[in-house]
Amino acid sequence: MIGKLSLEAFKHDQIVMFGVMSMIGAGLLAVILLTVFKKWKWLYKEWLTTLDPKKIGIMYIFVAILMLLKGISDAGLMRIQQATSSGASEGIMSATHFQQIFSAHGTTMIFFVAMGLMFGLINLIVPLQIGARDVAFPLVNAISFWLFVAGMLLINTSLAIGEFSAAGWLAYPPLSELAYSPGVGVDYWIWALQIAGIGSLLSGVNFITTILRMRCPGMKLMRMPLFCWSVLGSMTLVVSAFPILTVTLALLALDRYMGMHFFTSSFGGNPMMYVNLIWAWGHPEVYILILPAFGVFSEVVATFSKKRLFGYKYMVYAIIAITVLSYLVWLHHFFTMGAGANVNAFFGVMTMIIAIPTGVKVFNWLFTMYRGRVKFSVPMMWFLGFIFTFTIGGVTGVIMAVPPVDFQLHNSLFLVAHFHNMIIGGVVFGYLAAINYWFPKFFGFKLNERLGKLSFYFWIVGFATAFIPLYILGIMGATRRLNHYDASLGWQSLFIVAAFGALLIVIGIALLVAQIIVSVIKRKQNIDYNGDPWDARNLEWSTASPVPFYNFAVLPEVHDRNAWWDAKHKKHKIAEPTVYDKIVLPKNTSIGFLIGVLAFMIGFGLVWHITWLAAAPFIVIVCLLIYRSNQENTEYTVPMSVIERIEKANKLKAQAS
Amino acid sequence: MNDNAIVIPSDKVSIEKENTNKTLFGFWLYLMTDCVLFAALFACYAVLHGNTFGGPKGSDIFSMPYILAETLLLLTSSFTCGIAMLYARKNQKKIVLYALIATFILGLSFLTMELHEFRSLVIDGHSWRQSAFLSSYFTLVGTHGLHITIGLFWMVVVSYQIYKKGLKEFSIKRLALLSLFWHFLDIIWIFIFTVVYLMGVV
Amino acid sequence: MKKPIVTNDYDSSIGSLKNYITGFLLALILTLLAYFLVTQKIYTSYNQIIAIISGLAIVQLFVQLIFFLHLGRESKPRWNVTVFVFAALVVVIIIVGSIWIMNNLNYNMNHSDSKIIKDELIH
Repeated sequence: MIGKLSLEAFKHDQIVMFGVMSMIGAGLLAVILLTVFKKWKWLYKEWLTTLDPKKIGIMYIFVAILMLLKGISDAGLMRIQQATSSGASEGIMSATHFQQIFSAHGTTMIFFVAMGLMFGLINLIVPLQIGARDVAFPLVNAISFWLFVAGMLLINTSLAIGEFSAAGWLAYPPLSELAYSPGVGVDYWIWALQIAGIGSLLSGVNFITTILRMRCPGMKLMRMPLFCWSVLGSMTLVVSAFPILTVTLALLALDRYMGMHFFTSSFGGNPMMYVNLIWAWGHPEVYILILPAFGVFSEVVATFSKKRLFGYKYMVYAIIAITVLSYLVWLHHFFTMGAGANVNAFFGVMTMIIAIPTGVKVFNWLFTMYRGRVKFSVPMMWFLGFIFTFTIGGVTGVIMAVPPVDFQLHNSLFLVAHFHNMIIGGVVFGYLAAINYWFPKFFGFKLNERLGKLSFYFWIVGFATAFIPLYILGIMGATRRLNHYDASLGWQSLFIVAAFGALLIVIGIALLVAQIIVSVIKRKQNIDYNGDPWDARNLEWSTASPVPFYNFAVLPEVHDRNAWWDAKHKKHKIAEPTVYDKIVLPKNTSIGFLIGVLAFMIGFGLVWHITWLAAAPFIVIVCLLIYRSNQENTEYTVPMSVIERIEKANKLKAQAS
Repeated sequence: MNDNAIVIPSDKVSIEKENTNKTLFGFWLYLMTDCVLFAALFACYAVLHGNTFGGPKGSDIFSMPYILAETLLLLTSSFTCGIAMLYARKNQKKIVLYALIATFILGLSFLTMELHEFRSLVIDGHSWRQSAFLSSYFTLVGTHGLHITIGLFWMVVVSYQIYKKGLKEFSIKRLALLSLFWHFLDIIWIFIFTVVYLMGVV
Repeated sequence: MKKPIVTNDYDSSIGSLKNYITGFLLALILTLLAYFLVTQKIYTSYNQIIAIISGLAIVQLFVQLIFFLHLGRESKPRWNVTVFVFAALVVVIIIVGSIWIMNNLNYNMNHSDSKIIKDELIH
C-alpha cells in the first residue's frame, strides 16, 4: 500500500534535521503570511494559474534563488568538513552524509539554480525583445515551469523523507545501480531530473518556435538582439541534448526497477556506456547554461558603453559555431576512461578549437567598450568580473584539454576549480548582471546600487579566495569529493582558506537578498518613470516599467538593429499609436499547476515503489489533457478601455519624471 | 529572405492558419527531439547487442516472416493515415473517419503482434533480465511500441472529436499533428527493421 | 495591402493521392527487396549486405519524408528542413561517436584479442 515507505525514512541526523526544520519553518511562514494578509485568492489568480511568461519568469527566478540558498548551504558544509577533517579529526559529518551533500550540491546548483535562472530570464526577456506579446505555446510554458517545481520539490523532499543519492551529481554506475545503492537516494535523483528535464525539453521547443515565428514586422534574424540569438543557440542545444538525458536516466531506472542490464557490472552490461551517454548530454548542458549568459553580457556591454555592439555578425557566427562544436567534445570529460590515443587526440583538439569562438566574443565585447562612454553600474561590474574570472577558467580548461595533462588532473580539485570558475564566473555572474539590469523593467524601480556593488565585491573576492587554493591543491594531488585526508599532506591550511572564501560568497548572497529587500522598502526613491532607466538600445526598453500585461499596445515595426535606440534618436521613429491593436491573450488556467502537483505525486510514488501513487495521477494527467483539447474558449480579447487606461497612466508617469 | 513581408495576420481565418502552422512547426521540432531519443537507444543497441552473456542472440529468437508481416501492417497504416489527412483537407468527413479506422486496426494489429512476440520471449525465459542484448532489444523495440500505443489512444480521441464536431480548422490541426506522429513512427520502424532484425539475422 | 505571411503554407504541401500511392509502393518495394536479399542470403560478404540494406533504409527514409511528410515542399524560409538536417547531424554524431568511442574503450582492456596487446607486443 505504501511501498517501501516506513517510519525509518523520517529519522535523520542533527544537521539534516536542522535543514528539514528550516524548510518546514519557511513554508509555514509563507502560509501564515498569506493567511494574515488574505492573499490566497491573489496567489491563485495572479501566480498559480497565470500563463503570462513575465510572471512565470519571475516565479522561476524566485524558486532558483531559494534553491541557491540550499545549494550554498551544502557548499558551506562541504568546506567546513574539508577544513576540519585532517588527520585524527573526522570532521563534522559521516562519510555517507558527505556523499549525499556533494551529490545534492551539484544537482541543485545545475538543474535548479542555473537552469531556473536561465529559463526565468528567457521567459521575461525574449518575447519583449522580439516585439511579441507571448510565447508560442503559453500553456506548455506554464507546464514546463510547474514540472520544474515538481522536480525541485522531489529533491527537497528527499531531505525530509528518506535520503538523497550518494553517487555524485551524475550518478555513475555501478555505484548508482541497485546492488550498490539499494536505498531510495538514486531514485529521488532519477525522477527529480526526469520530471524537470521534460519541462526543459518542452521549453526548448517553445522558445525556438517563438523566436523563429513570432518576431515583429521588420525584425529579420540579423536584426534580432544578441540575447535572443544566444537563446536560440541554447534552446537548439536543449532540444538536441535533453533527449539523451531522458534516455540515460530511463535506462538507469530500468536497470534499478526492472532488473535490466544496461550498465550493470555483469550480464553483459557496460557502465562506461552510461558515462559516454551522460556526457554526450552533459557537455551541451554547460553550453546551454553559458550561452544566454553571453547574450546578457552582449546587452549589458553595449548599453553601458553607449555604443553599438562591435562585430554583431561575428558574434552571431560565434554562437552558431559554439552550438555546433559543443557536440564534438564530450569525451574530454572521460579522457582517462581508456580510449586509445586517436580518440583522445580528436576530442582534445576539438576541445581546444571550441575555445576560439568564445575568444572572438570576449574580444568583441572589449572592442565595444573601447572608445565608448563606459558607466560602471552594477551590471557592468559583473561583466568586468566575468572577463577576468571566466578567461582564467577558460585557460585552465584548455590546459586540461591536452589528454596527457588531463591524466594528472582528471577528477582532482583542479578540475573542480576549473568548472566552478566557468559556472560562477560565467553563468552566475551573467545572471546576476541580468537581474540588476532588468529588475527595473519588471518591478518599476531600480535595485540599490551600493548593496549591489558590495555584493559583487564579496562574490569576486570570495570566489578567488575559495577556488585558487583548490587549483593549488589539485596540482598537489588532492582528488575531488574527499571527506578526509592525512594530516601529513599539509593540505589543511589551503582548505581553511577555501572555507573562508566560501564564507565571503555566503555574505555576497546575503547582500544580494538584502539588496532586494532594501530596494523594495526604498522603492519610492528609485522609481523608473519612463521605462528606460539605462538609456538602452533594444525593444524591451520601449515599454513602460512595469511592463503592461499585454507587452505592447501596438506591435512595433523594426528597421534596424537596436530598434529602440534608433527610435529615440529619430532615425526611425516609433510612431505614436492612434489606434491600439485588438489584443487576444490566453485565459488563466490551473492545468499547469495541477500537472506539476500530479507529477510530484508520480515521482514520489515511483521513488517509494507505491504503485497506485505512481499510476493514478498519470491517468488524471491524461484526462486533463484530453479535457483541455476539448476546450474551445481558451482565449479572451482585452477590452480597449483597459488598454487605454494603462497606456494613459504610463504616459502620465513618464511625464512626471 | 524578404522579411519586410512579415505581417501579423489580423483576420480570423489567417490567424487560425498561422496558429496551425506555428503548432505544426513546434510539433515537428518535438519529433526531432524524439529522433534524438531513438538515436540514443539505437546507440545503446549498437554497443550492447553483442553482449548476450551466454544467452540467445538475434538470429536465435527473431522470426523473419513474422517481422515482415508487422512491417507491412505498419507501412500500410502509414499510407491510410496519409489518406485521412488528404481527404481532411478536402473536407470529406466520411472518408477521413474510415481511413482513421483502417489506420487504427492496422496499428493495433501491429502492436498485438509485437506484444505476442515479447510475451513468447518472456515465457521462453528470454526476458530483459537475461542479458544486455535482451535489455537493449526490449527497450528499443518497446519504446517504439509505447509510442505506437500513445498514437492509438490519440487516434481514438481525434476520431471522436471529428465524428462529433466535424472537420473544423482545429480538428484538422490535431489530425495533422497525429499524422506527422504516425508517419514518424513508421520511419523509426524502417531503422528498427533494418538494424535490429535484418542485421540481426545476417 | 497586407502581403501574405512568410510562413510555411501547409495547404500547398499536402500533395495528392498519386503522391501517397507512389510513396507507398516505393516503400513496399524497398522493404521487400531488403527482406529477400537477407533471408535468401543473396550476398557475397557481410560488409556488402550491411551496406546494401543500410542504403535501402536511407532511401526509404527519404521516400517517406518526401511522399508522406512532404518535407521540402513548404515555401521559404524552410525551417522544417533546417531543423531536420541539424537533428540528423546530431543523430549521426551520437550513434557513430558512441560506437567509435565504445569500441575504442576496449583498447586498454586485457582481453587476449585487444589491440594494445598487439601494439605493445605484450605476451
